[in-house]
Amino acid sequence: MKILVPVKRVVDYNVKVRVKTDGSGIETAGVKMSMNPFDEIAVEEAVRLKEKGVATEIVAISLGVAQCAETIRTALAMGADRGILVETDADLQPLAVAKMLKAIADTEQPGMIILGKQAIDDDMSATGQMLAALLGWSQGTFASKLEVDGGTMTVTREVDGGLETVALTLPSVVTTDLRLNEPRYASLPNIMKARKKPIANMKPADLGVDPAPRLVTIKVDEPAKRQAGKKVGSVAELVSKLKTEAKVI
Amino acid sequence: MTSLVLLEFDAAGIKQPSRSAVAAATALGEVHALVAGVDLAGAAAAAAKLPGVAKVLVADNAALDHLLAEPAAALLLALAPSYSHILAATTAVGKNILPRVAALLDVQPISDIAAVVDADTFVRPIYAGNGMATVKSSDGKKIITVRAASFDPVAAEGGSASIEAIAVGDMPGLSKFISAELSKSERPELTAARIVISGGRGMQNGDNFKLLDPIADALGAAVGASRAAVDAGFVPNEFQVGQTGKIVAPELYIAVGISGAIQHLAGMKDSKVIVAINKDEEAPIFQVADYGLVADLFVALPELAAELERS
Repeated sequence: MKILVPVKRVVDYNVKVRVKTDGSGIETAGVKMSMNPFDEIAVEEAVRLKEKGVATEIVAISLGVAQCAETIRTALAMGADRGILVETDADLQPLAVAKMLKAIADTEQPGMIILGKQAIDDDMSATGQMLAALLGWSQGTFASKLEVDGGTMTVTREVDGGLETVALTLPSVVTTDLRLNEPRYASLPNIMKARKKPIANMKPADLGVDPAPRLVTIKVDEPAKRQAGKKVGSVAELVSKLKTEAKVI
Repeated sequence: MTSLVLLEFDAAGIKQPSRSAVAAATALGEVHALVAGVDLAGAAAAAAKLPGVAKVLVADNAALDHLLAEPAAALLLALAPSYSHILAATTAVGKNILPRVAALLDVQPISDIAAVVDADTFVRPIYAGNGMATVKSSDGKKIITVRAASFDPVAAEGGSASIEAIAVGDMPGLSKFISAELSKSERPELTAARIVISGGRGMQNGDNFKLLDPIADALGAAVGASRAAVDAGFVPNEFQVGQTGKIVAPELYIAVGISGAIQHLAGMKDSKVIVAINKDEEAPIFQVADYGLVADLFVALPELAAELERS
């Protein structure tokens, strides 16, 4: 079975992001960019499925600016076989991304698509569900475990009170949660090998999708700042303050 | 302009995050509520009592039990023509279903709103809450998940909505519920608790989380954890408070052995009062804490338990 793994280029999770002074967005100039951490988990899971003999080919896809090719290279170094870059400078939102991925899936005919449960930039947590809907496929979101057995897949999902297990008809879209696996580091030989793996280049128009955003960002504000409070000297003082000053216990 | 809110419920009634979603919907006009699943008499009666709800739709069908995304989205799609806005709480259920509905309607969903500006314009956190984006939707219909911590829930009682059973068409058979393994706890749910006490990497292992129990019991608090503690395997993921876990805004949040990574702060910094207990006085958590105690948690926690017991 072929697996598609969409990977997003985002501001690295270690970067302390800042709101632009004109309130037009987040400062991204000169900031370190990396693969969305949940997408790394998706690549890892696909590679493990290939190692188990379930998957035969892994195609990493990224949509966005030309530098998204670097994100695809990272996936190739981890074990994906080839890449597809859909290049555009448009402000891509999950609906447009899902439509483009659907168009690619229509051509590639994968048995499964694995992607992160959310991107740590827009925090939308929507693309996987939308892609499953457009394809008319089942969806296994927030997955912490998956097992493929013939034409079905058992997915354990992280839900609010614990875990839920569902059986899904393949093909299916899976979105990854933290505990699904721990992504590997690419070895140097694999990084070298990844340079020779092919990346196809296309544009949104090749997929027949208008990438224009449906949500317009009017402004981005700094969140309300909390003032640091006071230090207390002892547990007794803490309890007394919570009772008499904060009045919360 | 009428909104439809997908409600989550249990034996105790309508869940608090869903009541927050109703509160957000009341800012937009008339509100109808939907309960779906099986054996819905209790849930429908509870929904009808929510202040602000004019009508409760009841979709009783075995395919809707456990609210799997494929059938639930098909149901909402069928109901969508009558509504300008469809909302649910930003929970595992809401996040699973609503984007699927949105795609079927050719709409870009608006995830995790923290404020309603007008019928088309909403405020939502981005980058783990490090920015608050005001976004305006150009879609004809709005599909919205609601950050429960940002809206005071409507009361559980006081309303008197009409109840209407609705016909459910063919449901897609792509998915099947197998089992649920839900943590059994006498404590309140994290997202609904008035007080939350969370442990971080400083707890050192899962056993030490038991040190939080007597304090949680004394205060009627829920127990949470930082992502670091979850990643280290101390506690299950459903304890996680933060960007990739649960978002909480209790009246009192007690952070124990938590350094205060951005990802954690994103999940709790709207709490009314924050207490930090950490032996590292440089820990960033102290920059957001109202009360900071620089102390070894293994000394401070038993002391705190004893102090609370005394009072």
